[in-house]
Amino acid sequence: MTVFFYDKSFEGMLTCLFEAYRLKDFPEQLLVIDTHIPLFCDHHYTIVTEETKSDRVWKHITSKLSVMGTKEVTNCWLSELPDIDILLFRYLRKTIDSPRSIETNFADPDVLLLSKIYKKISYEAHRLIQFARFQKTADGTYFAPLEPQFNTLPLAIHHFSDRFADEKFLIYDMKRHYGFYYNMKIITEVTLTDEEQRIKDGQLRTEYADKDESIYQQLWRSYYQTIAIKERLNPRKRRQDMPVRYWKYLTEMK
Amino acid sequence: MKADVFDKLKILAEAAKYDVSCSSGGTVRSNQKGGVGNTVGGIGVCHSFAADGRCISLLKIMLTNFCIYDCAYCINRRSNDRPRATFAVSELVDLTMEFYRRNYIEGLFLSSGVVRNPDYTMERLVKVAKDLRTVHRFNGYIHLKSIPGASSELIREAGLYADRLSVNIEIPNEQSLQRLAPEKTFKSIFQPMQFIRQHAIESSEERKHFRSAPRFAPAGQSTQMIVGATPESDNDILKLSSALYTQRTMRRVYYSGYISVNTYDKRLPALKQPPLVRENRLYQADWLMRFYHFKVNEIVDDAYPNLDLEIDPKLAWALRHPEIFPVDINTADYEMILRIPGIGVKSATLICSSRRFSRLSFYELKKIGVVMKKAQYFIVCRELPAHTINELKPSGVRSLLVPTVKRKIDDGQLELDFDAT
Repeated sequence: MTVFFYDKSFEGMLTCLFEAYRLKDFPEQLLVIDTHIPLFCDHHYTIVTEETKSDRVWKHITSKLSVMGTKEVTNCWLSELPDIDILLFRYLRKTIDSPRSIETNFADPDVLLLSKIYKKISYEAHRLIQFARFQKTADGTYFAPLEPQFNTLPLAIHHFSDRFADEKFLIYDMKRHYGFYYNMKIITEVTLTDEEQRIKDGQLRTEYADKDESIYQQLWRSYYQTIAIKERLNPRKRRQDMPVRYWKYLTEMK
Repeated sequence: MKADVFDKLKILAEAAKYDVSCSSGGTVRSNQKGGVGNTVGGIGVCHSFAADGRCISLLKIMLTNFCIYDCAYCINRRSNDRPRATFAVSELVDLTMEFYRRNYIEGLFLSSGVVRNPDYTMERLVKVAKDLRTVHRFNGYIHLKSIPGASSELIREAGLYADRLSVNIEIPNEQSLQRLAPEKTFKSIFQPMQFIRQHAIESSEERKHFRSAPRFAPAGQSTQMIVGATPESDNDILKLSSALYTQRTMRRVYYSGYISVNTYDKRLPALKQPPLVRENRLYQADWLMRFYHFKVNEIVDDAYPNLDLEIDPKLAWALRHPEIFPVDINTADYEMILRIPGIGVKSATLICSSRRFSRLSFYELKKIGVVMKKAQYFIVCRELPAHTINELKPSGVRSLLVPTVKRKIDDGQLELDFDAT
């Protein structure tokens, strides 16, 4: 078995691909530098990320994959699943080796699995758009804390900057401790140093919130309760479409 | 913010909740300079799900629940003793903007009871949309109800501000409508629909010559029918929907299982439960017409006027036509694959693109997401043929696929006693 050690970056993964072709030895596992060598390992290499190599690989891949295909690859990387790197490695290797595009060959387990992960990622990005709840802060900035399953904030941010182009807002990933701040011109990545002091149970503390904020939250809650038809209660359907893991930050579920 | 807004919101949301439509899809529009909001198109965005499992995408609300009409099936009918309220235009506009900025909603769904006369009511609905679009530069989704009997000019103006317009048919048969809503006629309902269609055609003609000409209701129109309040069969209902879908602007027909809101009215059946299973089957049939290339007379006809409540309409069709099956997954065309029970639009496209690389077997079909429990009796793939519908006979397949656990199937329909009136 061959093992490559690398720095777990996307460029690093592409460099691994380059080195594998150069060495004519393809790894079964990709591991982070400084983990110990697994049993039954015949060869192991430590790959240093090099931009020239990764760029060369990426350029070749974009020429072989469709626009959708490259989007699938980059988006799936954001899933942060433990084995996503070796899956992408195999997928890209098949792409390079095959004379024609393998993108639609869903009988291939790697292609099918990647398309399923891509679907999951897209759903999660869509759920950000659905379930982000903004709270108005005292200075007029709108603030939305969230905990997405995957690192999908970068995929949804442009939707919000288009929609709320005339206001300042901050969308913040409480799990990964970073967010995007939009100041009516540009989007910047930020990290809050005092998360706990400002937010409690997914809610802005009252001293930071706008004076009318709680009124609108109550209005929304009462609307939410009124709109359900009592004769047709269906809690299972609600949980399917709005999984419980999102309820923490949903105004109406408090 | 005045305290009575709370009460108004409650009363008017309560009044609007029986409207089914909540779609925010069908039109893609990015934000304009200085504006707020966009629409995403596709299937739209559902921002929340109520306890009844229905999506909340738009702020579904009535401008007022006062009404001069006395329709038997409607909760807001004149003779009902209910709390009544009216939103001021500015109150409703503010509420919409504040909710929208907090990402609670995708836009506004505005309906209204008829006060004074249809034109007066329609004018006020248009005013709300106009204020949102011009004063607040709101660029999100607006769905307006067009009031039966409103004039063509007002509907034209409404269509310039709204993304979608709708007129509810409610009762799919003229005689039944006359019985339950004597003040309404089929003409008063179909006329606004026709106005919407005319204006949409005019606008698209105009836009061929001038690109900057305004779009008229870019997301088309929709309508709704109540199921189970009147003796119409599924055949009548689906025939009407199918006829409506031939019109270019008609995007959706919604079906709403009748909920006994006015139990005292003897013209209506007293249902313990809304006919939810029948409603679901109607939606399935609707999907077959819109996405699976089925004709309405393949789903229901005079011999089978009602949909089977135990099995879905596609399976029912397949069991009536065993001569077409089994279908070879690796050679049949897309249209045919779509007709196999257990295979949906997504699986069918995946099958058609994957089989160019290699022949597909049972295992791969399962992985792709085909419901093999159903599909296995209707297909042949790379393996040796299994027991198909031809060996087992339709009745045998049916008994295998009908859920064995005795589920309580909605019995609402059998108890309808229409002769009592």
